[in-house]
Amino acid sequence: MKKFISGDDAVAEGVRLAKPHVISAYPITPQTITVERLSEMVEDGSLVSEYMHVESEHSAMACAIGVSSVGARAFTATSSQGLLYMSECLPYASGARLPIVMMNANRALATPWNIYGDQMDSMFLLNSGWIQVYVEDAQEALDMMIQAYRIAEDEAVMTPVMVNLDGFVLTHTYELVDIPLQEKVDAFLPPIATRDQVMSLDAPKSLCITAGNDFNQEFKMKQDRDMQSSTAVIEAVDKAFGDAFGRYYKGMMDAYRCEDAEVILVTVGSVTGTAKTVCNQLRDEGKKVGVLKLRYLRPFPTQGLCDVLKSTKAIGVIDKNISFGYEGTIFTNVNSALVTLKERPETLNFIGGLGGRDITKQDIRGVFDTLISKAAGNAEERIQYMNVRCAE
Amino acid sequence: MDRPKVKKWQEPASIDAYPLGATCDSDHLVSINAGWRTFKPVIDHDKCVMCLRCFLVCPDGVIDKSGPQLEIDYDYCKGCGVCAHECKLKCITMVKEEK
Repeated sequence: MKKFISGDDAVAEGVRLAKPHVISAYPITPQTITVERLSEMVEDGSLVSEYMHVESEHSAMACAIGVSSVGARAFTATSSQGLLYMSECLPYASGARLPIVMMNANRALATPWNIYGDQMDSMFLLNSGWIQVYVEDAQEALDMMIQAYRIAEDEAVMTPVMVNLDGFVLTHTYELVDIPLQEKVDAFLPPIATRDQVMSLDAPKSLCITAGNDFNQEFKMKQDRDMQSSTAVIEAVDKAFGDAFGRYYKGMMDAYRCEDAEVILVTVGSVTGTAKTVCNQLRDEGKKVGVLKLRYLRPFPTQGLCDVLKSTKAIGVIDKNISFGYEGTIFTNVNSALVTLKERPETLNFIGGLGGRDITKQDIRGVFDTLISKAAGNAEERIQYMNVRCAE
Repeated sequence: MDRPKVKKWQEPASIDAYPLGATCDSDHLVSINAGWRTFKPVIDHDKCVMCLRCFLVCPDGVIDKSGPQLEIDYDYCKGCGVCAHECKLKCITMVKEEK
């Protein structure tokens, strides 16, 4: 069935199909519609779930941890300051290997106060031990809610997943979205299995134990090892989803017209659509350009990224965030992957879209022009801001 | 005594053998913690009326009441003497540990 709905609605529809036992969430713009819809679904009985009205995001995550610790499927959603408020709990969830799924509506961080979309919030938490996926449109948002549970709950992964969608550009934009049948989702997503890390009445467990300087490191190594190897599960789940529902998102990343590209723009999230449109226009003009949509930032697809980018002359990375005093965070991560290559392509960073500023086709066109110039051997500023309204 | 007892523990030989998450089985004690005791409490069971005052006040919960008479778990008693001090019938004596 197709419905004309917003990204927030799409997330709620995806969550309903995934049937979490408990939803604990606190409303925050631009995530609010999602949790409102979910509470309506619980009220009208179309989603049989316990909806916990918590007093803060910190409590929302604490509840999700409690729920997941006894083996139930938990969902929460947040954004921006709310995500940072719950951040103390995030490493508890990942360290305890609890397969919680969270929707994060990417939004600017104060101050100056701003409710619109950029990706400063989730970049803050790249090191939280959560899998981070970024979606391009409302359909992918819905589909990833279903995929996220299957990935998180996989025996080899057992790691929480944060599904990120750009505030307003995705959360509040209406699109035609295909809503899968419940029977098909039930066949794709089995009920949550009980693993060793959850409480058992028959064999009581001690949860969130201490591990001092003698054992702590090995716990963390295990967590990292499983996160690293989750890429295989992510690829397999996406393929299985494609087989079941006809939508395959290309796993860790989607290389668009990159085969013979001399210039590639790396994007994360909704800006990908605009970049693909401009890429098509430039291809029509005979320019060899491509777009690499990075879907996952954790785990980071080092090998796959290098395979796509290794013979490129110039690579651009769009960052809707700044790591103050350095550069865009995605740029850092891409460069770090590329140093594993013998011959490293040129890379440029394009920072923009902060506080919800549009990244337009003209902006992307300018980015590609700069990259083409760089590929031709011209000097270009390594870190640039897009669409600045005054002299820099 | 139905208190958890010390079990032999095998250190995980590989990362695989580590637990999934920061979780372990409960009732699993791996070491004795009584080395600093100078005096140990000894109950005179002829005088004891099982009022359970010592059981309630013991800061380490080492007094077991599951059997026919109270029993002290000397693996974890630190010898603080609170039980002897609080016993109304004076039936707990603090006896010097002999090495």
